[in-house]
Amino acid sequence: MNSTALPPYARAMGMEIAGIEDGSPLIMIDFSSRAMGRPGFFHGGVIGGVLEMAGFAALGAELERQGLDLRIKPINISTEYLRGGLPERLYARGEVVRAGRRVANVRIEAWQSDRDRPVASCWMNFQLSPKKA
Amino acid sequence: MDAPENKLDSFIQSAGFNPRDWTAHMNAHGHSGFIGMRYNDHGDNWIELAFDWREDLVGDPETGVLASGPIISLLDNATSMSVWTRTGRFAPQVTLDLRIDYTRAALPGKPIIARAECYQLRRSMAFVRGIAHDGDIADPVAHAAGIFMMVDGQEWVK
Repeated sequence: MNSTALPPYARAMGMEIAGIEDGSPLIMIDFSSRAMGRPGFFHGGVIGGVLEMAGFAALGAELERQGLDLRIKPINISTEYLRGGLPERLYARGEVVRAGRRVANVRIEAWQSDRDRPVASCWMNFQLSPKKA
Repeated sequence: MDAPENKLDSFIQSAGFNPRDWTAHMNAHGHSGFIGMRYNDHGDNWIELAFDWREDLVGDPETGVLASGPIISLLDNATSMSVWTRTGRFAPQVTLDLRIDYTRAALPGKPIIARAECYQLRRSMAFVRGIAHDGDIADPVAHAAGIFMMVDGQEWVK
């Protein structure tokens, strides 16, 4: 997976794949005016969007490892906002907790300069189904 | 138009909270401005915001279905504003947590409308819920539940 594989919304926001860590893609976004919520901070929706992208990417990579070509649909997301997102680069990476036949559970974290001080943390559930021919 | 930082002071000092004015000034810039959020309607403890489908907000290029990111942003803003709509006054707050269930894919080309309400208010916390739909609120695309925490004004903006 490379950055050009990201959907239009992610590219419009300036998200990129910064690398792969233990099999999970690292999603990166630089701060910009179109990412700003309250003055001087990332918008919570942008942080949510980056977390989701990292969740999709982590699950996509896991399914690829298992040799599965499935349709992935998000069921829900629950985000805890831990700190304000400062006007600097933001990273997110997901961990697949479980990928079954019908549902996958993924945990995702976002951080900035200090990885031990996460900005947000979330879980997502995904529905898995065969791709339509 | 004033920079949002300057305009914010007038909202802080203002005696009431006018969701239409807030949307026109505070949602015209930054991420909300990029998404194109607009004011729809409001009542005592609820508010409706919306944005139009756009190609660069799509999450699945094969189907044209919107990404969920902009829907999170819309629900975040609408639920947040529902608190000030209920209290009748702007006060700095941050999202503590926000859960969103994606009940179905949004129809490509259709505007998304979010209706949000503040259903319980504590001194330091506000409990909110919201529904996003593309024309029929009885057939929603997403459902949100969240909590906002009141914070000190100095920490709120940079």
